[in-house]
Amino acid sequence: MGMRKVAIVGAGITKFVRRAQETGKELSWQASKMALDSCGITLDDVDMVTLGTAPDAFDGVHMKGEYLADGAGAHRKPYMRHYVGGGTGVFSPIHGWMHVASGMADICLVVAEEKMSSCHPHPQGAFLTIFDHTTEQPLKPTLIWIFALEMNRYMQTYGISKADIARVSVKNKHNALDHPSAQVAEEITVEDVLASETLCWPVNRLDISPASDGAAAVVLASERVARRLTDKPIWIDGVGMSIDSAYWATRDLSYPRYVETAARMAYDMAGIKEPAKEIHIAEPYDPFDYKELHHMEGLMLCPRGEAARLTAEGYTARDGNLPICPSGGALGVGNPIAATGLMKVIEIFLQLRGEAGKRQVPGKPTCGLAQAWGDLMQMGTVIVLRS
Amino acid sequence: MKLEDCKLGGTHLKSSDFEKCKVLTTEWTPNLGYAWDNGVAIGRYLAELKEGKIIARICHECHRIMLPPRMFCELCFRPTDEWTYVEDTGVVNTFSIARVNWDASRRGPKEPPLIPAVIEIDGATKGMGILHMLGEIGPDDVKIGMKVRAVWKKPEDRTGAITDILYFKPVRAAASKKAAAGRKR
Repeated sequence: MGMRKVAIVGAGITKFVRRAQETGKELSWQASKMALDSCGITLDDVDMVTLGTAPDAFDGVHMKGEYLADGAGAHRKPYMRHYVGGGTGVFSPIHGWMHVASGMADICLVVAEEKMSSCHPHPQGAFLTIFDHTTEQPLKPTLIWIFALEMNRYMQTYGISKADIARVSVKNKHNALDHPSAQVAEEITVEDVLASETLCWPVNRLDISPASDGAAAVVLASERVARRLTDKPIWIDGVGMSIDSAYWATRDLSYPRYVETAARMAYDMAGIKEPAKEIHIAEPYDPFDYKELHHMEGLMLCPRGEAARLTAEGYTARDGNLPICPSGGALGVGNPIAATGLMKVIEIFLQLRGEAGKRQVPGKPTCGLAQAWGDLMQMGTVIVLRS
Repeated sequence: MKLEDCKLGGTHLKSSDFEKCKVLTTEWTPNLGYAWDNGVAIGRYLAELKEGKIIARICHECHRIMLPPRMFCELCFRPTDEWTYVEDTGVVNTFSIARVNWDASRRGPKEPPLIPAVIEIDGATKGMGILHMLGEIGPDDVKIGMKVRAVWKKPEDRTGAITDILYFKPVRAAASKKAAAGRKR
């Protein structure tokens, strides 16, 4: 398609915490500076900057992109903020990829930030206005409802139990024990998940990722520049995006078709014919434990309705055949929404470079995938990386 | 690079940090109001709800009977063609038993859980569901696939809002047969 090859050459991340002393601007600076330092460049080398961050309502700061610009290293550079709900963090490097692949930039700094703790009493309140203002908001919905509705439909369609799904939370919180940024890493059991507070059946407290503050950043470079900066560039070989209708109640809630559409776009670009064989490691978005299973199926990493069984058999463990969320995911590392997606991209970057430390999966993976999902359960973003 | 070898930013604050005034915060509570226009399609939908009826819109290209109604078809990307009434009964596609309110506050021990559901309305194209609540049923008795009927506010209390339907309640088999027979007559 006449596009240039693009590599990830550097990465930075903060700790994910329930409430950070730092402002969003300071968190952005910490992640951005770490990313630049990791590949030995300075802000002068950066041609363009792109920033992902979720609703302004979390921060109570309108035009949050402009507010965060200084922390994201955008001073007097081409700069654009993007936002596609929970799908933002994986859209961030796709947005940066567009700038470099098109030839507009040789080096693009990609930053993703979220500070959810400013909103009181709970950032859930800010989610009310994502529902249709006339036909849904008067029923006083919470975002947890639609996940509960989707999870119940998924369980019913494939005959999956709450215990089958809880294994995802157990696995990811365990994996996160080895992640230096982790907020809610712990050893728990399926029984702990089932015994935790029921919020909106079938969703219990430990089925959900926490609200978090945090930031992440990566440096993207064109092929020529990437080979000069590092001997271990990680190539962005495929990107995909797809949005479904906002009439969410009209959709087949048991299967995320829009994730499949986004995945097919990325797989076509990367020349992937059999994703279940060719993808060695994946970081699907897991804000709720059932979403990891739902997304594995949408990504065609396993047949529909089979993800729970594969998880129970250890297939998705860090030392399994197809490690899923070896970082610890949103359920373990935490979920500062936009930063979570980019944390997942960074995990694949480190895994493919063999630099994931205690989290390193065996078998020297060479092809990995990160995926995020969001808006009114309608947005799919997918990125395929190769070493 | 290895994350383990890096000094990561992000300083976790604890409740005691605030109690001991180790950190200070600035508070603001916005006072904003909005008036959302109902639009053409939903405006008619709400006017019909005030009359105790549910109205949908048909697209002659894809033949979908669409609920909520819309003036354009998002699939065919052309104007929709006509209005049609659908039933005030339907089937539970999925449901939840909610013990939290919209702002994440917990419902009190004496407050019954809320039962939000996606309800596929009879007469609309299969799968065309709307979000609403279930009532007159215990949380243990709700089932996916259950037949339900709208319970309306009294005509004089209706305002032209989705809440003119109080909730949907289960249709008992016998009552359902009787209603069907009634319609035939």
